[in-house]
Amino acid sequence: MWVKLEPRAEPSRAMIYVSPLLAAGLTLATGFVVFTVLGFDPLAAFHAFFVAPIDDLYGWGELGLKVAPLSLCAMGLAVGFRANVWNIGAEGQLTLGAICGGGLALAFPDTESAWLLPGMIAAGVVGGMAWAAIPAFLKTHFNANEILVSLMLTYVAALFLSYLVFGPWRDPQGFGFPETRQFQDAATLPIVLDGTRLHAGMPIALAVLALGWVFMMRSFLGYQIRVAGLAGGAAQYAGFSHKRMVWIGLLAGGGAAGIAGVGEAAGPIGQLLPSISPGYGFAAIIVAFVGRLHPVGILLASMLMALLYLGGEAAQMNLGLPSAVTGVFQGTLLFFLLASDVLINFRLRVVRRAPGRVAPTERAT
Amino acid sequence: MKLNVKALLTIAVVVIVALVGVIVYQQLQLSEAQKQIAKLEAPVAKLRVGFVYVSPIGDAGWTYQHDRARKVMEKALGARVETKYVENVPEGAEATRVIRELAASGYKLIFTTSFGYMNPTIKVAKQFPDTFFEHNSGYKRAKNVSTYLARFYEGRYLTGIVAGKMTKSNVIGYVAAFPIPEVVRGINAFTMGLRSVNPAAEVKVIWVNSWFDPGREREAADALIAQGADIVTHHTDSTATTLAAEEAGVFSIGYHSDMSKYGANAHLTASTHDWSAYYIKRVNDVLDGAWKSEDVWWGIKDGMVKLARLNPAVPKAVADLVAERKQAIAAGTLHPFAGPVRSQDGEVRVPAGQTMADEELLRMDWYVEGVLGKLPK
Repeated sequence: MWVKLEPRAEPSRAMIYVSPLLAAGLTLATGFVVFTVLGFDPLAAFHAFFVAPIDDLYGWGELGLKVAPLSLCAMGLAVGFRANVWNIGAEGQLTLGAICGGGLALAFPDTESAWLLPGMIAAGVVGGMAWAAIPAFLKTHFNANEILVSLMLTYVAALFLSYLVFGPWRDPQGFGFPETRQFQDAATLPIVLDGTRLHAGMPIALAVLALGWVFMMRSFLGYQIRVAGLAGGAAQYAGFSHKRMVWIGLLAGGGAAGIAGVGEAAGPIGQLLPSISPGYGFAAIIVAFVGRLHPVGILLASMLMALLYLGGEAAQMNLGLPSAVTGVFQGTLLFFLLASDVLINFRLRVVRRAPGRVAPTERAT
Repeated sequence: MKLNVKALLTIAVVVIVALVGVIVYQQLQLSEAQKQIAKLEAPVAKLRVGFVYVSPIGDAGWTYQHDRARKVMEKALGARVETKYVENVPEGAEATRVIRELAASGYKLIFTTSFGYMNPTIKVAKQFPDTFFEHNSGYKRAKNVSTYLARFYEGRYLTGIVAGKMTKSNVIGYVAAFPIPEVVRGINAFTMGLRSVNPAAEVKVIWVNSWFDPGREREAADALIAQGADIVTHHTDSTATTLAAEEAGVFSIGYHSDMSKYGANAHLTASTHDWSAYYIKRVNDVLDGAWKSEDVWWGIKDGMVKLARLNPAVPKAVADLVAERKQAIAAGTLHPFAGPVRSQDGEVRVPAGQTMADEELLRMDWYVEGVLGKLPK
């Protein structure tokens, strides 16, 4: 062993800001080598990934279109993660949100009421929460592992959506193809930025982020959650109910993901399809951690993640980069971001001679 | 031996910096040279043609066939076109952005090659009235949106004949993606061909609910073989079914692409798609200013549906029969759904002397006689 990770007595203040820069530097260096070896111009590739997608207003609209579901899911998850409640099933909760919100729109095909959209969002929240309540209930009553339960329910949700779209909710005018009818205008989120597809989901997401900040940093319940996450024993001693933390953590995640689901169905898609999210619920887990479970961090991290989604396509279009290579590059960036964060709580120490190394003679027995 | 770690690290850093420096320098030189070349080449007005693919191109399958046709088209038209594709684009909200991006970057003819791109294509087409769109397999058209599809069922019917002649167990396994009319039509046409030469043969279907999932396709094929199928075919994207047949020592019939290299012994034939003639025609239409919104459904006659080379294990008499029926389909004297066509419960859907209308084919949501099991609704 030549280099050793050593816990720091206190998290490094400097590293909090240096680590993202370090990650960026390492990613660019790696990307440089990878693109060069593959015969692509690395500077053009970086331009395609980070500049081309947002060099006009439409691009920013597209960015916002992805930031909204990512930050919603990540904010909800962060509440749970802070309390050490590991909800991995935001994707499923998002799906249920879309089913419930979309179901309401399908149930009232003729209404033009202004209450329909708020109702759909409320239905989405309820749907997402209901889906998250299953792992919460099983955790608090039978101590079932919420990671497994929430993850597995994602697949159940996806199959449920398939069943509906292939079966009872299928558009009768759709030649048997698996799609519901398209939602009427009253069930479609209004566009907030002219000339783009950016819809009212974005302001809602910002509001939820603000709410998340107030809840986590300024409310007593948020304080309890943070204590429970940092020092479970201390929280128990102070009389903070662990079960309550589990419920709040999961319901917050489910509710927020439910809104994201309605936002997709009633936003850019405008109907229910067999699949309504390109994996926002899973990407949001990375977003939450890259954003260090803080609302501002989550907003920035979801912008980065959204940019990566868009940049992958831009790189394909502008450079003919295969989609597998764009995936590798995206993975590299996220890996370095999370890996660099280790340096906040640990320091690298160069060890001249590894201590406790087993002598060859002893091993020979 | 004692190594000086600091010295080593310093050397490593210097080396890396130097390497990066050299590469940067070379790149800059290179891009400078490219700019020079670009200046020398006189700009020619080319038709820019975009393609949107739902999956990676890979070595076989739906998208592979589209990309093959793109290349053939590009070769045929040479300097008059410039093509570009975007692969692995999810259906739904993602697709709208990619299609729009192509249109906004000056692609004047855009082929969107998956059913789920239908509404996105229509949406983008409204914003770009001067761009021509071609949606594959949908039913919504507009002034600047055409739809095109192949009569895959004609190929299915012919492969059904091969299966009917080659099976010993009289059980054929069919790995299917989703119970939509397109897939059901394929199963039914296959069964019509199968039973036209072997009325005792039956078809078992397993739905895998995915267009591309090699793991599940493999499991389904294995299960069908275990249930006595001595020929398996599929309406999914991967080569898993052929691979399963090759290993189990039974026959397979491929789909989309010629999959014989994945099963030298197993692969009897395949029903394949060839979009190249259509792509060449449509590009020429745009170049000649003759492009019109159309609903195209080409088959064997126009070369959009083809059969892969028959396995040497297929006797000559069978090969001749297939060739003869193929001729008849091309000539219009044989229709795979010529009456009498009975559904599973024995109800006559098409009386003798008639053939099924296209509208009926497009909506097909029932099994013909000879398919086992219930169609999921």
